[in-house]
Formats: sequence, C-alpha cells, structure tokens
Amino acid sequence: MPLVKDKQIIEDRWTHVADGEDIPTDTAVIVSADRWRADRESLVHRNGETGVRLRNDQSPEDVAEDLHRFGVVALEFPAFKDGRAYTQARLLRERYRFDGEIRAFGDVLRDQLLFMQRCGIDAFEIRKQADAEAFETAVNEISVFYQPAADDRRTVTALRHRALASWAY
Amino acid sequence: MYRYDEFDHGFVKERVVQFRDQVQRRLDGELSEDEFKPIRLMNGLYLQLHAYMLRVAIPYGTLSSVQMRRLAHIARKYDKGYGHFTTRQNIQYNWPKLVDTPDILDELAEVEMHALQTSGNCIRNVTSDQYAGVAADEIEDPRIYAEIIRQWSTLHPEFTFLPRKFKIAVTGAETDRAAVKLHDIGIAMLRNAAGEPGFRIDVGGGMGRTPIVAVTIREFLPKRDLLAYLEAILRVYNTLGRRDNIYKARIKILVQSEGAERFAELVEEEFAHLKGGPLALPQAEIDRIRAYFAPPSYRALEDEPRELARARDADEEFAAWLRTNVAPHKQAGYAIVNVSLKPVGGIPGDASAEEMDAVADLAERYSFGEIRVTHEQNLTLPYVEQKELYELWLTLKIHGLATANIGHAGDIIACPGLDYCALANARSIPVAQEISERFADIRRQHDIGRMTLNISGCINACGHHHVGNIGILGVDKNGEEFYQITLGGRADEKAAVGRIVGPAFSFDEVPDAVEKIVETYLELREDDEESFVDAYARLGADPFKEALYAAR
Repeated sequence: MPLVKDKQIIEDRWTHVADGEDIPTDTAVIVSADRWRADRESLVHRNGETGVRLRNDQSPEDVAEDLHRFGVVALEFPAFKDGRAYTQARLLRERYRFDGEIRAFGDVLRDQLLFMQRCGIDAFEIRKQADAEAFETAVNEISVFYQPAADDRRTVTALRHRALASWAY
Repeated sequence: MYRYDEFDHGFVKERVVQFRDQVQRRLDGELSEDEFKPIRLMNGLYLQLHAYMLRVAIPYGTLSSVQMRRLAHIARKYDKGYGHFTTRQNIQYNWPKLVDTPDILDELAEVEMHALQTSGNCIRNVTSDQYAGVAADEIEDPRIYAEIIRQWSTLHPEFTFLPRKFKIAVTGAETDRAAVKLHDIGIAMLRNAAGEPGFRIDVGGGMGRTPIVAVTIREFLPKRDLLAYLEAILRVYNTLGRRDNIYKARIKILVQSEGAERFAELVEEEFAHLKGGPLALPQAEIDRIRAYFAPPSYRALEDEPRELARARDADEEFAAWLRTNVAPHKQAGYAIVNVSLKPVGGIPGDASAEEMDAVADLAERYSFGEIRVTHEQNLTLPYVEQKELYELWLTLKIHGLATANIGHAGDIIACPGLDYCALANARSIPVAQEISERFADIRRQHDIGRMTLNISGCINACGHHHVGNIGILGVDKNGEEFYQITLGGRADEKAAVGRIVGPAFSFDEVPDAVEKIVETYLELREDDEESFVDAYARLGADPFKEALYAAR
C-alpha cells in the first residue's frame, strides 16, 4: 500500500504490529494504545522507535502524557464516512501540540485527503495507487478556506481583513 | 444581501471544476456508483426513484431577482420547466441529467449560488426567518450570523463526515418563524440583563423517527464566542454521536442519552479550550458582514396610505388577501408580502419557470429586487410599499400567485413523497392536492382561521408532519398506503410535537378525516379568536377521537 508523505510516495519504515504479535527489537513499530498501556515498561526501553495507533473511540488524552515518546500517531478511518479521526488529529496538533507524524490509515480516499491534511494529518496510507499518485492535485484543487484548522493555510477572513487594513493606509 | 467577493467567486469556481472532473471520472467508469455517491452528495446530487435530483442551496432563503431568473432558466433548460421549493428554504430539480450537472453548477456559480452541503452528513445549509431584516420584533438581522455560520461551515475539514446530517437555524426575532426548536442547533437572539445582544443556544431538536423539541444549553452566549461555541458542540457530537445505527445518529439522541445537563457540561469543557482562540469573532468581521445586510434605501412614507384604504374598501377579495398574506413591516409605509405557492389543488412548493420569472420581475419592481423562500414552501417579497400593494396583488392574481391562504388550511407543507423520493412509503402530493381541493373555498378557510397542515410521505418527516397543527404521515401497510394523523403540533416559539389521534386512514379516507377534525373544532371553539391549536390544547384529543372513530 502506498504511503504518501511530504508530497511523495515513500517507503514506509514503520510496521503495524497487531495486539497478539511479537514486537521486533530494532525496527520502528506502531502498536495500539491498549498495547502501549499494557507493555509500556518494555516498550519504553526498546531500542527501536515506537508509534501508537488510536482507535476511533479513544481520546488523544489517553496517551497525552507519552506523546513525546511517539514518532507516529496513527489514526484509523474504518470507513470514509466515519469522521472521528479528524477531531482526534486536530486535538493532537492544536491541544496537545504533537509535532511528530500523524498518519491516516484505513479507508483513505482521494476526495478526503485535503480535509485530513487541514486537520493536521501529514502521512497517508492510501489504498489505491491512482489516488496516491493524484495526491498533489487532490490537496490543491481548492485554495479558499473559510475556517481555521490545524494547518497553516490562511483563512479568507484573515486575507480579507488584511486587504481592508492595507486599503486603510 | 450578501455578495460574493473574489474569494467566494474563486471558491465556487474551483468546486465546479473539481466536480466536473469527478463526474467525468464517473462517466468514464473510473468511479463506481458506490464511490461516486459520497462525492455527488457533497454537491447536492441525489439519485431518486426515477432520476437524479439536484438540490440547490439558497442560504437562509434569501434570493435576488437575478438569481431567481437563473433558477427559472435552469428549470427550463435542464429540467421539465419547474422546480420545487423545500422546507429548508432550498430549491430542488427533479429531472436533471448527470452529464448536465457540472454545467448547471457553472450557471449557478455565475449568479453566486451553489449546491454545496445540501446533502450528506455535514453541516447543512443554514436556515433563518423569512422576515429577517424587516420584522418589527427583531433584535438584529439574523442573516448576519447565518452568513457567518455559512462561511465557517463551508467545507469544514473536521465536520464533513459527522454521524449524521446537521441543521442549524437562526432567528433574531421573538416570534419564531424559523422553527429553531426543531433543529440540531437553534440559535435565537436575545439581550442579557445589561442589554447586550447575544444568543440563546438550543440543541437536539428534530423531527424524523424520534421527534424532539430542542433543549436550551446556553441561556446567553456573547457574539464573539458564537463560532467557538458551535465548534465545541460539533466536536462533542463528532466524537460521541452514535455511528452504529443511522436512526440513532442525530445529535438529539446523544443529548437525550447524556442528559441535557451533562451534554452542556461536555460542551462547556470543550468551549473552555476554544474560547478566545482563532475562532473568536472580531467586531470588525461582524460589521463587515452586517454591511451586506444594510436596509435598502427606503422612502419616507406613512403607514396606511389613502390608496391602500380605498382599495381595501372597494375590493373584498383584496382585503382578504391583505389579512392573510401581508405582514406588518418595521419601516413605516412598507409591508411584507407573502406569495403563496399553494394554489387550490396545486403541488405545495412547486413553481414553474414562468412563475419564477414573474416573481423575479415583481421583486424588481416592488421589492428592491429581493425575494425570500419560506420553510413553509412559499415566497416572500420583503420590501413592498403599502400604496403599491393593490397593483402588486392584481399582477400576482394574473399569475395565479395570489391565493389568500398563508397560515391557513390550504397552505399545506408536503414533501415530494412516493411520486419522486426513494425513501418514501406513501404519496404526499396527491394527499395535499385532495385536501387543498376540499378546502378550495377561501372564505371557509378564513372562517376556520389559522391552522397548519403538514404531510410527510415517510417517517423521515421532510414534510414536518410532527409539528403541523394537523400532521399527516404516510405509512406502508402490506403494500398499501395508510396515513396516521397527529394533532397539536406546532413549529413556532411554543414548539410542540403532535400526538397520534388514533388508527391510520386509507388514502381515500384522509380528506374526510381532516374535514371531521375541522368541523369538530368549529363546533367547539370558544369564538373565532380561538385558533385550532389553542382549542386543541384546551379540549384535548377526546372530542376529535370521538368524531373520527365513533362511527367506525
């Protein structure tokens, strides 16, 4: 499955480890939040990097204290219609100031990429190769934004008032 | 009214280009219908029983003559010569071809319109009072805030995949003409003890399978906190709203299961984080939007001009229309005119291209080129000089648009029902037509007095049957259409859900049943000042039950 980060399709150096599976010592792994809580001691002392995976019904608050330990927080889109992870992403960025990778996995489709990016997601496990290749187009089709979010795009309100202010001088 | 600037124009153009590409991908077979569905829904395009249906947004029901003419043109060129005004102040076209829809959106974009967020599980087109800006009992024009909310909610990245659709209504007046208590969020302007204007926030109202009147979770919200507070509500809902059962996914179910108090606490907790952040509404932004809704250049006129009094005395039919279809205006010498889209035997809310053009012309001539769409599926001309009322009425009559039945038995709200809709269990339109014919005598309607009669073709309640004084719900019983009747519903500031009066009626029995209900009321009302819904509140259901079922 293609992983898109920094506008490119890249090799994924992270491995998702399921809850029953053994954890390799040196590679970078993504474990569930439940696994993290259960095996926290051993995971903290591993050599390899660790990322955490949140289910849709888990709050970022549950892992807030450990966020600095994670290279990745992975958020699940079990179906594109399930939008809970958008809120999780914004909370991670805006409230908990997480500056590592936030990746989307699951039902990640072309027509949702821009929304995900605006909420602070910066890595995308995209099922369809064609969708991954269309990434640049998909996140640039719209250039006008009506509300602040977790990205650094300027909102129309800011642009309008800047224009108003410059006319005043 | 609001006008697009270069940002808004750029935005809708980009959306049309994007949608054109998506439609092309569908036509080429690159996208399956399943994959295309969420995309088309984000542009107001449904697949109905016989064809695609395109729902065009009319933000808070305000239209210019130019826009109305374009809607007429679209009806003529891409549809069968008519459109249907909906209970959410929008218009829908029932017969567009998929391949034409990007062109339709282009035509709409040229006149500052679009079909965004008229479907799907997002924040839908914001609705408001059709008398906004002209009502005498108004604190401020609610459209200022409806427009601010419209912009904030446009392609909101966090709230485009909510558990279910989400409807917000705003009113600025004491009399609630926007049914705010029946929305996911209802916003009502009021003043606090210090006299400052702000908002009361109600949450969790709605119709459908579980009709509930909204509860107040904030008695007073300062203006600058409006968007932060809305974002807090939406965030709590997005996180905790049920997604396992489509019928339990609306926010009203969450508010009920948490309890209003607990729900309010959750919102306040979230709001504490968001308050004063980038969503805080600066006065400069409110003022910038307010300028778009500045009153038109009224002339200095007197109320009750001689021309009006003379016409009223001379023409009884005109006098009757004045009583039902014309409302008082806050500006001396002006009036608010309601144009009924409910002719006897007609289809509620339908308007032909010719009628749309006629209303556009009349708005230009008599109402500063502005028109409103009401949630009762009628049109309103908000700025008519009283001395021109007679002339306007004569022209409306020529076009069949002067039916004097606003707020009366013939002013029926009805959804499209089984004639068009893929969800319906029963027909609504023919029921409305039969009842309308039954009450064709306008004098009789006036004698009956104020009454709302709402019809839905299924439990989704697009025809607002729960809040009709008389509500009619179509159900399917072993392949046959039956109709349940509820009494006592109302959608105003005393919002209430009607109660089922007894066993359902067959299609053919409905007009007689309504007739009996009305006769019972006429017999038992204290005087002709006591409206149907007041009499029902006093009498209870028993006399109506007796009349309906005793002979059975």
